[in-house]
Amino acid sequence: MTDRHLLSGPEPDPARDAGHPDPPERVGFFTDTSVCIGCKACEVACKEWNAIPEDGMPLSGMSYDNTQGLGASTWRHVAFIEQKVPAPEGRTELSLIEGAPAAPEPPQAPGDMRWLMSSDVCKHCTHAACLDVCPTGSLFRTEFGTVVVQEDICNGCGYCVPACPYGVIEQRPHDGRAFKCTMCYDRLGAGQEPACAKACPTQSIQFGPLDELRERATLRVDQLHEQGVERAHLYGHDPQDGVGGDGAFFLLLDQPEVYGLPPDPVVTTRDLPAMWRHAGTAALSLAGSIALAFALAGRTKEAR
Amino acid sequence: MSRTRQRRGEQLMVPRAEFESYYGRPIIHAPSWAARDIAGYFFLGGLAGAGSVLAAGAQLTGRPRTATAMKVSSLAAVSLSAAALIHDLGRPGRFANMLRVFKPTSPMSMGSWLLSAYGPAAGAAALSAVTGRMPRAGATATVGAALLGPALASYTAVLAADTAVPAWHGAHRELPYLFTASATAAASGMALIVAPTRESGPARCAAVLAAAAESVVTEAAERRLGLVAETWREGRAGTLMRTARALTLAGAATAALAGGRSRPAALVGGLALLAGSVCTRFGVFAAGIASAEDPKYTVLPQRNGV
Ligand code: SF4
Ligand code: SF4
Ligand code: SF4
Repeated sequence: MTDRHLLSGPEPDPARDAGHPDPPERVGFFTDTSVCIGCKACEVACKEWNAIPEDGMPLSGMSYDNTQGLGASTWRHVAFIEQKVPAPEGRTELSLIEGAPAAPEPPQAPGDMRWLMSSDVCKHCTHAACLDVCPTGSLFRTEFGTVVVQEDICNGCGYCVPACPYGVIEQRPHDGRAFKCTMCYDRLGAGQEPACAKACPTQSIQFGPLDELRERATLRVDQLHEQGVERAHLYGHDPQDGVGGDGAFFLLLDQPEVYGLPPDPVVTTRDLPAMWRHAGTAALSLAGSIALAFALAGRTKEAR
Repeated sequence: MSRTRQRRGEQLMVPRAEFESYYGRPIIHAPSWAARDIAGYFFLGGLAGAGSVLAAGAQLTGRPRTATAMKVSSLAAVSLSAAALIHDLGRPGRFANMLRVFKPTSPMSMGSWLLSAYGPAAGAAALSAVTGRMPRAGATATVGAALLGPALASYTAVLAADTAVPAWHGAHRELPYLFTASATAAASGMALIVAPTRESGPARCAAVLAAAAESVVTEAAERRLGLVAETWREGRAGTLMRTARALTLAGAATAALAGGRSRPAALVGGLALLAGSVCTRFGVFAAGIASAEDPKYTVLPQRNGV
């Protein structure tokens, strides 16, 4: 038994371990929500480029968010969080990535409103539960280290849907097949960046080699901490976390669950060896207890 | 915010903790599986699998009518379970597609292979028993089905548990035992119904063992689940689980006390055991859906580092 196994834990090179002999650098998204202006250009660009069907025009009543969440026909989703500011310093004043800090805003009293905006997407997990559980091999790891569904192979079993700890992938109604963000696999193959990153006017969505993004993200958090934005933190960047780190990670200004993200997700296949062991023991105990029942019944019969 | 906040009623083991969420929306996606198909599949797979073990035991111990009846029941159950699966997938061709790859990390893939090995074995065992032809092959198939049956009854627990659904994954250690106990209860219930009373001794013993095991395992699972056990106790799932327990215990008691003498008592006990097993599977299924739909059950256990 080795310490490192392929179901969980740090995994430096998922593409190679998935059988790509000479993969390019692993790429990903760093979504810096502190500069998002909620323009939804990313949502629109994603829909346009990937020719995703429309969702209709539901009005959710949830702030400015009528998209509501990720799904089969929404691969980027911009969350709008309207919050009462808890304390005078609760209002965050953010500078752009480069250049001077934004003009200071008038101090805000407790009870004022603030908005958090964040563009959510498939995390392209290092250990992707959706991929692990797919019975057809329809979900696969690309040479770029990302996770993609092949629609022509998907069987519509829906197993990937509850397996994803982030609630990303979903089946399309009346079709059954599952869809999610591909990180614009076709564009990556052509040496281009994904449509959302290209369209984002504020560089809230940054695309590039994952290692480079992680470095850049660390610098950005430090910068925000220096400016007194203490709640700024990275989410999904850590290769030691429950999914081995995300290929798409975030800079958040509040707890993950405020954005609809799980605080500490775990790839469920981490526990699969234990589950199979228990299933084996349970199967044996089924056979054993029925054998025992025959033994007991046999004896009572003789006794009679 | 979250709908469950306003739920009235019983005293909770764990006080409701405050938590934040995105407009009360779920964090994970609940499976879109229809309860009738998938919970039905769990039940039928268990009934078939445990039934094959009972059939083999009956054959070995000279209870021929029980053996034949249980082989037929297992064939019927596994056929219906395959039908439920195909109904869930939408098209029969999609079942064949399940055998595209062999993938141990996917319980659904392993289950499809298991089903396609077990199904023919159960079929051959039943056909040979009914027609009386090819007894050698029939005996081999009987043994094969009895060996694969328990796996068929327990793997569905892994199928459910290997998801991010809090009420299932949180109980991943106990769920296989719950499913095999429930399968044993169902198969012994079936045996009480279809087999002659003088041959039903083992089924009565098995029913008592299964009912006891199911009670113990359910307790253990709820203890392990902590806060998430609410989803096993409240709402639709709670009703189903309580009904399941009452039916299973009553069925086992009836079978044990009167099933050996009275044919009607055996029938009633057997039906109660079968119905109890159905309720257990639908209850666990409903608990899973409830736990996926309320973000609380995803956020709080993760926050508390469980
Ligand atoms: S976030 Fe969900 S859908 Fe995306 S790779 Fe991870 S498990 Fe799969
Ligand atoms: S729905 Fe499709 S992609 Fe998802 S697990 Fe099933 S076959 Fe794989
Ligand atoms: S395009 Fe950029 S700024 Fe606009 S909503 Fe998307 S992430 Fe935010």
